[in-house]
Amino acid sequence: MYLCRVIGRVVATERYEGLEGVSLQIVQPLDEDGNDLGGSQVAAVATSEISTGPGDFVTCVDGREAALVLPETYVPVDVAIIGFVEEATNRGALVRPAAEGA
Amino acid sequence: MLIAKVVGSVVASQKDEKLENLKLLVLQVHGHENVPKDQYVVAVDSVQAGVGDMVLYATGSSARQTRLTDGKPCDAVVMAVVDSWDVGGDNVYEKWAG
Amino acid sequence: MFLADVIGTVVTPVQHPSLESKRLLHLRCLNPDGTPTGKARVGIDGCGAGEGDRVIVLDEGNGGRQLVGIPNAPIKTIVVGVVDYLETESGDLAYSHTQREPLGSLND
Repeated sequence: MYLCRVIGRVVATERYEGLEGVSLQIVQPLDEDGNDLGGSQVAAVATSEISTGPGDFVTCVDGREAALVLPETYVPVDVAIIGFVEEATNRGALVRPAAEGA
Repeated sequence: MLIAKVVGSVVASQKDEKLENLKLLVLQVHGHENVPKDQYVVAVDSVQAGVGDMVLYATGSSARQTRLTDGKPCDAVVMAVVDSWDVGGDNVYEKWAG
Repeated sequence: MFLADVIGTVVTPVQHPSLESKRLLHLRCLNPDGTPTGKARVGIDGCGAGEGDRVIVLDEGNGGRQLVGIPNAPIKTIVVGVVDYLETESGDLAYSHTQREPLGSLND
């Protein structure tokens, strides 16, 4: 798992069967201080309980495990948002995602 | 998943027999700002994508989690055709624009 | 598996149900000589590790799911051990838990 901030969303009507209704968000992986690492990815949102949008601070999982969080688990998904971060620390200091455009 | 543009298709008659009857596409990876990168990948198509489409593709063992690619030597699969995306509330790509 | 320093914790009140009541640690990934690789990870605490510890991290799904005992959990990164000490090829200590400070790089 790793920390990301949500920067956007993707609309795709035509998708692999089993992925209907799954929300797709663009995420930017972060380093330990909350700075952008580059290499944005498109992530599926795990459960309907997690509602995310641009600016949100989240945890993502990659690899085959990402598909396991979705309603249909045998699907070609390699990144998923699995948690909404309330607080992350780095040696006592709070980690905040870098501000938009910073 | 990453965003990519379908820039071509590949035909190979001499290949692993498990790859028979799979449509192979050449993708050029795009960043979230819709800037093409100097990074290409050959992926199996699972959603009837065509040349010029913007698509999403999944890699690694996730790419084998489709009925088409199950148990096959495939590490990238196109799993969605992108209609549009936005970053920070601003529309970056719109399939039907212009 | 790889080495990492626990640099903090991560709290996610809204998350996938399989992560409930799991403690999440903020990890800085390290090379064997203790230099950061530049990557950071969030891992589940599987052995009572805390901030300041140098730990061994498993980053592979099958093993992770076996450890937590949930067959379909989206769990990949788990802290599986706290490093007591790390000895290099020459027999020198590269890290000692009791001193909690790296004893210097391999080339010193």
